[in-house]
Amino acid sequence: MASVTTIPERDNYLTNGYGIKSWLLTTDHKRIAMLYLASITFFFFIGGMFALLVRLELLTPEGDLLQADTYNKAFTMHGMIMVFFFLIPVVPAVLGNFLVPIMIGAKDLAFPRINLLSWYLYIIGGILITHCMLTGGVDTGWTFYTPYSTAFTNTKIIEAGLAAFVAGFSSIFTGLNFIVTVHRMRAPGMTWGRLPLFIWANYATSIIMILGTPVIAITIILVAAERLFHLGIFDPKLGGDPLLFQHLFWFYSHPAVYIMILPSMGVISEIITAFSRKRIFGYKFVALSSIGIAIIGFLVWAHHMFVSGMSLYAALIFSFLTYLVGVPSAIKVFNWTATLYKGSISYTTPMLYALGFIGLFLIGGLTGLFLASLGIDVHVTDTYFVVAHFHYVMVGSVLMAYLGGMHFWWPKISGRMYPEGWGRLAALIVFIGFNLTFFPQFVLGYLGMPRRYWQYKSEYQVLNIFSTAGATILGVGYVLPLIYFMWSMRYGKPATDNPWSAAGLEWMTSSPPPTFNFDETPVVNFEAYDYEHIKEKEVPVAH
Amino acid sequence: MHTSPAASTEHNPALRHHFASVEQQKNSASLGMWLFLVTEIMFFGGMFCAYLIYRLAHFNDFAAASSSLNIWLGAGNTVVLLLSSLTVVLAVNSAQRGKRKLLVFYLVATIVLGVTFLGVKAKEYHDKYVEHHIPGADFNFKEEHTAGHDELPPVNQQHAQMFFSLYFVMTGMHAIHMIIGVGLFAGLAVMAWKGRYDENYNTPVENAGLYWHFVDVVWIYLFPLLYLISRHH
Repeated sequence: MASVTTIPERDNYLTNGYGIKSWLLTTDHKRIAMLYLASITFFFFIGGMFALLVRLELLTPEGDLLQADTYNKAFTMHGMIMVFFFLIPVVPAVLGNFLVPIMIGAKDLAFPRINLLSWYLYIIGGILITHCMLTGGVDTGWTFYTPYSTAFTNTKIIEAGLAAFVAGFSSIFTGLNFIVTVHRMRAPGMTWGRLPLFIWANYATSIIMILGTPVIAITIILVAAERLFHLGIFDPKLGGDPLLFQHLFWFYSHPAVYIMILPSMGVISEIITAFSRKRIFGYKFVALSSIGIAIIGFLVWAHHMFVSGMSLYAALIFSFLTYLVGVPSAIKVFNWTATLYKGSISYTTPMLYALGFIGLFLIGGLTGLFLASLGIDVHVTDTYFVVAHFHYVMVGSVLMAYLGGMHFWWPKISGRMYPEGWGRLAALIVFIGFNLTFFPQFVLGYLGMPRRYWQYKSEYQVLNIFSTAGATILGVGYVLPLIYFMWSMRYGKPATDNPWSAAGLEWMTSSPPPTFNFDETPVVNFEAYDYEHIKEKEVPVAH
Repeated sequence: MHTSPAASTEHNPALRHHFASVEQQKNSASLGMWLFLVTEIMFFGGMFCAYLIYRLAHFNDFAAASSSLNIWLGAGNTVVLLLSSLTVVLAVNSAQRGKRKLLVFYLVATIVLGVTFLGVKAKEYHDKYVEHHIPGADFNFKEEHTAGHDELPPVNQQHAQMFFSLYFVMTGMHAIHMIIGVGLFAGLAVMAWKGRYDENYNTPVENAGLYWHFVDVVWIYLFPLLYLISRHH
C-alpha cells in the first residue's frame, strides 16, 4: 500500500469515468461527497448573499436598503438556507461521506444507492427552497413559530416547509447509512476502541439525525395541515397550543445544533493530534463525550423557551440540563489542549483553523452557559447576544472545522496540495473577519439591541458598522479558499499518499484513493493515533 | 486493480461488490431496516405526543368525540391487520424454505388483507363525512353519542374538531404507510413469482415484513387511543 506513484499514472475514483452520467448516477461514496461539495458550496454562497443583505441594511439605523417585509424575508432565507442546506449537511455529507468508509477500511457505505438518493433528496429540497425564494420567500424566521406561520403570514410556508422536510430525509438516510456502516463494515482488526474520533463523532451525529429529524418532519406536516385545512393543532383560536409547536420544533432543532458541531469536533480531534504529533489525550473520553453530547443534547431543548410562558420548574430543570451538556463539551476542549501540551506543533493551515476553532468554540460555548442561566437569559432573549452566541458556535466553530478539514484532507480528495501560504492567509482573514463581525454583537445584545429588526436606535450604529465591516472581511476569507482550491485542482503540487505523515487508514491508500478505496482490504493491527510509531517526516511548510 | 469487485468468497449474484460476504450484506440490510423503523417511531411519536397532550387538556370533549367512532369497524380492522401479520410471517417462512408458490400466495393474501383494511378505513372516513365530522366549515358535532349523560358538560365544538383533526392526521399517516406497504408487497409478489427469492437470498421479504409488522403495531396503539379508552357507555 505504500505507493509512491502520484496521480497521473494511477487509476483513482476521479479518473473512473468522465461523463456527466458517471457523476450523476455514481454510487461511489467519494464521488457523492464531491456532488455534495459542489451543491453545498453553492447554497453556502446563496445563504451568504442574504447575510450580506442583512448586514448592509444594518449599516445605518434607518431602513434604507430593505423595507421591513423584505428584511424579514432576507434573514429568514439566510437562516433556512444556512441551517438546512449548509450547516446540517456540510461536514457529514462532504467530509463524512468521503472519509467514513475509508477510515474504517470499507469499500463503500453500506447502502451506496441510498447514499445517492439522499443527495438527490438534498437537491430536490434545494430546488424547492430556491423556487420558494425566487417567487416570494418566507418571512417567519427559520423557526416557523405558530400561529404566525399557520394563520397569519401570507408567504410560502408550505413550500419552504416541504423543502426542509425533503432535506430532512436526506439527512435521515445519511445518518442511517453511517450507523450501519460503522457497525457492519469495519475492516478486520478495526475495533471500536481503534476507531478514529472523526468516526465516533459522525456516529453520534447520526444517532441525532435519525432520532431527531423525524420529529421535525411530523411537525412540518402538522403545520402544513393546520395551514391548509385549518385543522386545530397549534392555533390557540382553534383550541391548540403554540407551546406544543415550540416543544416539537426545538426537540429537533436544538439537537440539530449538535448535528452541526459534533462532526466538526471530530475534524478538530483529527487535526490537533496530527499536527501535535502526539496520540490524542484521553481517547476514550473524547470518543464517549460525543455520545454524551448526543444523549444530553436531546434533553435541553426547552432552554429556547424560557420566556415563552413555560412552567418555572420545567425551566429550572432545562437550565440545569443545559449546564450539564457543557461538561462533555468541556471535556473535549480540555483534551485538545492537553494534546497540544508538549506536542511538537506545526502551524499548518488546518492547524490554524483548529486552533481558531478552539478559541471560537470556547467563546460560543461559555456564552451558552450565560444563556443557560435563567436570569441572564430573560435579560438577553431575542437580542443580538443570542445571535452572536449561536453564530460563534454554528458559524465560527463549524466553518473553522469544515475549512480546516477541507485543507487537511484536500490532498487526499484531489491528489493535489493547496498553496500553503494562501491557506494560512485565508485562515487568518476568516478568524479576524469572524470576530470583528460577531464580537460587537455580544455588546449590542447586552446593551439591548433586539434581533430581527430592520431599524435600530442610532446609538448602536458604531458597533453595527464594525460588524458589517467584519462581514465583508469574512466574505473575502471564504471566497479565497474557493479560488485556490479550484486553482490547485489543476496547478497544485501533486500530493503524496501521506503528506502530513498522519495516522489513519485514509493516509495509507493512494491520493486520490482508488474507486474501492484500498487495493485489498486492510488489516488493522495498530491503535488509533499511534504517533510514537509513525516515522516523523518533515511536515510541509509554506512553499 | 480497482475494477475487480472482491466477490471472491461467494458467487451469489445478489452479493453487492462492497460487501465481503452475503451474511454481512444481510446483517447490514436488517440493521438498516431496524434503524429506519426507529425513525418511524419518532415520526409517529410526535403525533402521539400531540394527541395525548390535547386529550388530557380537553378530556371530556375528546372522550365524547371518540364515542362517535365506529368501534366494530375499528375492531374488525384490528383483526384484519393481525391476520395480515400472520400471513407476513408465513410469507417470510416460505421464502426462507424456498417455497416459491407458497410465498406468492402469502404475499397476495397480505395484499388482500391490506386492501381490506384500507377499504374499511375508507368506509369509516365516508361515515365521518356524512356526519359532518370532517374539520372545516361544515363541521358539526351533535351530542347524540353522549345522550343520556346529563351530568356531562356540553361538548365544545372546537375541541371536538381538534379530536377529529388529530384522528384524521394520525389514521391518515397510518393509511399512507399501509398503501406504501401494499405497493411493496405487490413488487415482492412479482419478484417472488419470477423466483428471485430462495433459501440463500430473501432479505427483501424479511425487511418488508418488518415494515409491515411495524405498521400493524402502530395501529395496535392507535385503536385503543382513538376508539377505546374512556368511551361513554
